[in-house]
Amino acid sequence: MKNVASEGARGEIELQGVTKLYGEDRVVDSVSATIGAGEFFSLLGPSGSGKTTTLMMIAGFAEVNGGSILVDGANIVNVPVQRRNFGMVFQNYAIFPHLNVFENIAFPLRARGMAGSEISERVKWALELVRLDSFAERFSRQLSGGQQQRVAIARAIVFHPSVVLMDEPLGALDKNLRYEMQVEIKEIQRRLGMTVVYVTHDQEEAMNMSDRIAIMNSGRIEQVGPPTGIYERPSSIFAARFLGEANLIEGLLESVVGGIASVRIDGGAVLRAETSGQPRPGGTVSVFFRPERVSIGDSRAGDQVSSMNRLQGKVVQTSFLGNILRYSVDIGNGHRVLVDLQNSRGDPVQGASEVALSWRVSDSLVLDR
Amino acid sequence: MYGSGRLSSGALLLVPAVLLLALLFIVPLVWFFVQTLLEDGLMSLFERGYLLLTSRAVVSAIMTTNWISLQVTLSVLIISYPIAYYLATRSGLRFVLVLFCIIVPYFTSVIVRTYSWMVLLGRNGLINQGLMYFGVIDEPLSMLYTKGAVLVGMVYVLLPYMILTLFATMKSIDPVLMRAARGMGAGPVYAFRRIYLPLSIHGVLSGSLIVFILAIGFFITPALMGGPSDVMIAMLIERSVEIMFDWFSAAVMSIFLLLVTLVLYAIYYRVTDIKRMMGA
Repeated sequence: MKNVASEGARGEIELQGVTKLYGEDRVVDSVSATIGAGEFFSLLGPSGSGKTTTLMMIAGFAEVNGGSILVDGANIVNVPVQRRNFGMVFQNYAIFPHLNVFENIAFPLRARGMAGSEISERVKWALELVRLDSFAERFSRQLSGGQQQRVAIARAIVFHPSVVLMDEPLGALDKNLRYEMQVEIKEIQRRLGMTVVYVTHDQEEAMNMSDRIAIMNSGRIEQVGPPTGIYERPSSIFAARFLGEANLIEGLLESVVGGIASVRIDGGAVLRAETSGQPRPGGTVSVFFRPERVSIGDSRAGDQVSSMNRLQGKVVQTSFLGNILRYSVDIGNGHRVLVDLQNSRGDPVQGASEVALSWRVSDSLVLDR
Repeated sequence: MYGSGRLSSGALLLVPAVLLLALLFIVPLVWFFVQTLLEDGLMSLFERGYLLLTSRAVVSAIMTTNWISLQVTLSVLIISYPIAYYLATRSGLRFVLVLFCIIVPYFTSVIVRTYSWMVLLGRNGLINQGLMYFGVIDEPLSMLYTKGAVLVGMVYVLLPYMILTLFATMKSIDPVLMRAARGMGAGPVYAFRRIYLPLSIHGVLSGSLIVFILAIGFFITPALMGGPSDVMIAMLIERSVEIMFDWFSAAVMSIFLLLVTLVLYAIYYRVTDIKRMMGA
């Protein structure tokens, strides 16, 4: 019958201008990306950004209206769902309620006509991998959310697919369990060397697990890159906001000298920031920097003045977030800067309302869209 | 875990219905049985009852009733399953339209629906006239007053019960499950056989039981549309009372029919209970 082990398949996926239309709406608008074999690739975005639709097109549940999807070089756009040979983990696990754990996991093998003896061997292997060895006889209603999730994962990998697609698999779990499962999924993925395409709207989840993340917004990919790359060098205001907390201060771009831009913000202060593209002087841009890169307090004279941005402001709000203290500082003209400090030596602000802020120019970036 | 106060006030709401049922159904029924059955003493009752139920006319009616009911149930099931599936997987206008077409006949009198079939199937009925007009046949076919006519009529009357029962079950099947099965390499037929059919099977069972229970007590449709050989048990009961004035036979056959119905209903109850146990 069909090739169960998918030998020789490496699991490289190439999206070429993939488009999905709902009526006039371009739900997914010519998305292109290359997902390497063995890569953990996340589609991250808010609801309605087209991330799930993109995954459904790869899976074969949604028709592709334009472009092509290549797996190991072969276009699969016209291959029916059941022949695509992907492992799949669904949002609410989709455990078959009338089959026990063993039969649930055996389902993909039986569907491929595998012999009984081999099936029990494979299922045993998968059960051990997700640490559910003693649960084979249980039904889904006798399992906790985390256990159901494990069954779903075991079922997705039991036939050794080269590609596993996951659609917000951890959305229904509570926070602690979610982190645990992230580690576990990542571990299994690494051990089996499979390609994972993972859809989520949870930025922490995406950052924790992914080799690369594609940030999606209204049907398009805003930016693709490794988590640190996008976090440090977002290419757009949307990407900057979506991954982590971001300070974005609007201003007028005055000049660009040697890759360093000078931006005059409301109130007259000039901030300097690195540029990635070629922004034109005279336009409105935003200066981006992360809250945890900002220091509070008098900078000592020894600092190289030229490499720092400085602002004065008034602390209007202090939030205690456990490991960090987050200050909201009013810098005038309605602009606010968030500052995150490690909660290590108490509150350095100590009720002082007027504070000096400073951060490196190299931690700042000009974004113009 | 409701408090006892709540339970009793809930029970209070049932009182009018229970009273009505007792007054108009249970009391006359028991009265009828006691009056007709016990006039000659218990021993003679069992003897005469046994003789009656093993008589050729009754045995033949029981066989006919079972055979017709079985065929009707199977036909209804086969026709209903795809319709219920359609309903369970559609929404919007198409859903409303199809549901409307099922519900409206459901609320129409059985007699009216039976007569409309007679208009269609009769010797000078619509079908015969149509076929002759287009030259398919020269002589009108005799379709009415045959077993086929009984089957058609009963199937039509009983369809909504099955469709609505199946629909309720199918609606509770998470559509993601079929999707998941396809995604895991199952073709449509395999996914249906392993996932959808088992998950809808208690709907099939309870729908079939309802239809069968209703079919064995059917009177109007077989009486109006059947031929002389298509005598069902309910018709025999009616004949005993109306034509032969044989109240005793009517009572014995009625009890027999009632008992069979109650047993089937008990099974039905268990089936719906299993459904709850399955948690689906």
